[in-house]
Amino acid sequence: MAAVSETPALSGTAAGTKATSGPAPRRRSLRPGPGLSRSTRQRLAADLGLLVLLGAFVLPLIWLLFASVDTDPSMKVAPPSGLTTENFSNVLTDEITFTPMLNSLVLCGTATLMTVTAAALAAYPLSRYKARFSRPYLLTILFSTCLPITAVMVPVYGLFVQVNLIDTMHGTIFFLATSQLPFAVWLMKNFMDGVPVALEEAAWTDGASWLQALTKVILPLMGPGFAVVTVYSFIQMWGNFFVPFMLLISPEQLPASVSIFTFFGNLGSIAFGELAAFSILYSTPVLLLYILISKRLGGGFTLGGAVKG
Amino acid sequence: MSTTDLAAVGKEVPGRGGAPRDQRPVRRKNTWRWLPIAPATVLLLLFLAGPIAYCAYIAFTDMQLTGQASASFVGFDNFKKAFADENFRNSVLLTLVFTLISSILGQNTLGLTLASLMARSTRFVRSATGAVVICAWVLPEIVAGFLLYTFFSKEGTLNEILAFLHLPSQNWLYTLPIIAVSFANVWRGTAFSMLVYSAALSEIPKEVTESAEVDGAGSWQRLWRITLPMIRRSIGTNLMLNTLQTLSVFGLIWAMTRGGPGNRSQTLPIFMYDQAFNKSLIGYGTAVALLLLVVGALFSLVYLRLMREEV
Repeated sequence: MAAVSETPALSGTAAGTKATSGPAPRRRSLRPGPGLSRSTRQRLAADLGLLVLLGAFVLPLIWLLFASVDTDPSMKVAPPSGLTTENFSNVLTDEITFTPMLNSLVLCGTATLMTVTAAALAAYPLSRYKARFSRPYLLTILFSTCLPITAVMVPVYGLFVQVNLIDTMHGTIFFLATSQLPFAVWLMKNFMDGVPVALEEAAWTDGASWLQALTKVILPLMGPGFAVVTVYSFIQMWGNFFVPFMLLISPEQLPASVSIFTFFGNLGSIAFGELAAFSILYSTPVLLLYILISKRLGGGFTLGGAVKG
Repeated sequence: MSTTDLAAVGKEVPGRGGAPRDQRPVRRKNTWRWLPIAPATVLLLLFLAGPIAYCAYIAFTDMQLTGQASASFVGFDNFKKAFADENFRNSVLLTLVFTLISSILGQNTLGLTLASLMARSTRFVRSATGAVVICAWVLPEIVAGFLLYTFFSKEGTLNEILAFLHLPSQNWLYTLPIIAVSFANVWRGTAFSMLVYSAALSEIPKEVTESAEVDGAGSWQRLWRITLPMIRRSIGTNLMLNTLQTLSVFGLIWAMTRGGPGNRSQTLPIFMYDQAFNKSLIGYGTAVALLLLVVGALFSLVYLRLMREEV
């Protein structure tokens, strides 16, 4: 309750300090007359608008943080009635956290490795050689990046039952890897286009094979791009719920995305503090990875010029 | 945050100078050099093209979850059944509402609003907002679902705010479940539009807007006659990708309402799952999946046309 009522007040004070500090004095000299200059007013309005939106977006996240350390958490945003680490220690068991997280790691780690390897190999000829089918091939790849994977899950389930891949880690890994593959190939090919061929030709003349040229020259040169493809694929798979939900059945094989459901999904009798604590543990790896790549590209993972306007 | 969301990321690279065609290595002009695309192609054929083909086949049978032997070819029966099925029509309608509110009106408009406010705001406010909005995007789908479930629930944060403002509160997940999940999807997906529009807006030359301002164009006029026309390609691509992503949302709705109460938030993916597994009608569920796939494919084709010159 208190935290909720705080939000408007918060934006009020922030805007207030802005009015006194900002570049207002300089502008005022340019534009005579009382009050704030027009650009300062515009900036204040923009700040105020953003703070309101920020408040709306941040509330569920604040709930998560507060509830995870609250002795008696409720469903609304409220400062903890008492601080505790019990929620975390309660979920830090083999059954609730460690096994599912390890499963997630094996599942997503292996699948990412598979995706990135297949994508790097495929991107090489697509980026370096000319052939009549390379354009249709790329268009098909781009087309498949857009297909709603959700829609294929029912037939995939049927197919996996028939070929005995259902409830197997390797079957799920193959499917997860494939579901990310079109996008990984597309991204990898575009990043690889950015590596000049001249450098590679030096390797050719030294008698390197294509595989050596790829692993020793191209991949190191497209380092950040390669990292983006890897990390992005991993984040996608880590958060994926539907694929393991459909293809894995045995409780001991379930990754964190599905086990969170088994343990807490019984809506109505949820221990909210523990749910929040587990959510934090489960989300932290991908948040850290995201920060890693966005820093590395200087905030450039903001799709700089991604979609041409 | 789905695969399709970022399908355009790599595009920045050719701008830095892709490999010029005439400089490509001309050695070993044989087909063996295309061997490296084999692993990816095999995976895609086995695990993507295979299921799609299987989908197209099963959709025309009466396969059930219990026994494979009983499946027989039934022609268009599943589709006829679907169009006559009140629950299916309900799902189509809900999917349209969900897409309209969360993707076209919500993510798209809010993303543009955020981007244009950010272009004018103070640095600190800009980065704080960006970080929070992106955080909501990177969080795993199920976690987002739980967070928004608590937010909209009867004793949740939203009702608390409404009570504070002396507005009537209600049990959102019961009275307006489809609106609640749509807003949840807006919360989760707006970051993508924000990033796309931030990039697009930063490419508009300052002189253009400034000269319009000098000529006395008001801010609405500038938006309608200058900004929007100049970023229209971004708008098109963004709408397309948002819609495709929204069409396949499952986990978020599943975590919040499981399609309920009743079937009042049962969008097509949930309906498909429900028919195939809870009602054991794999054939029927697959027919719905095929319809969803066809709609997705049509959108993808439009997207492909938009992206054509980039390949």
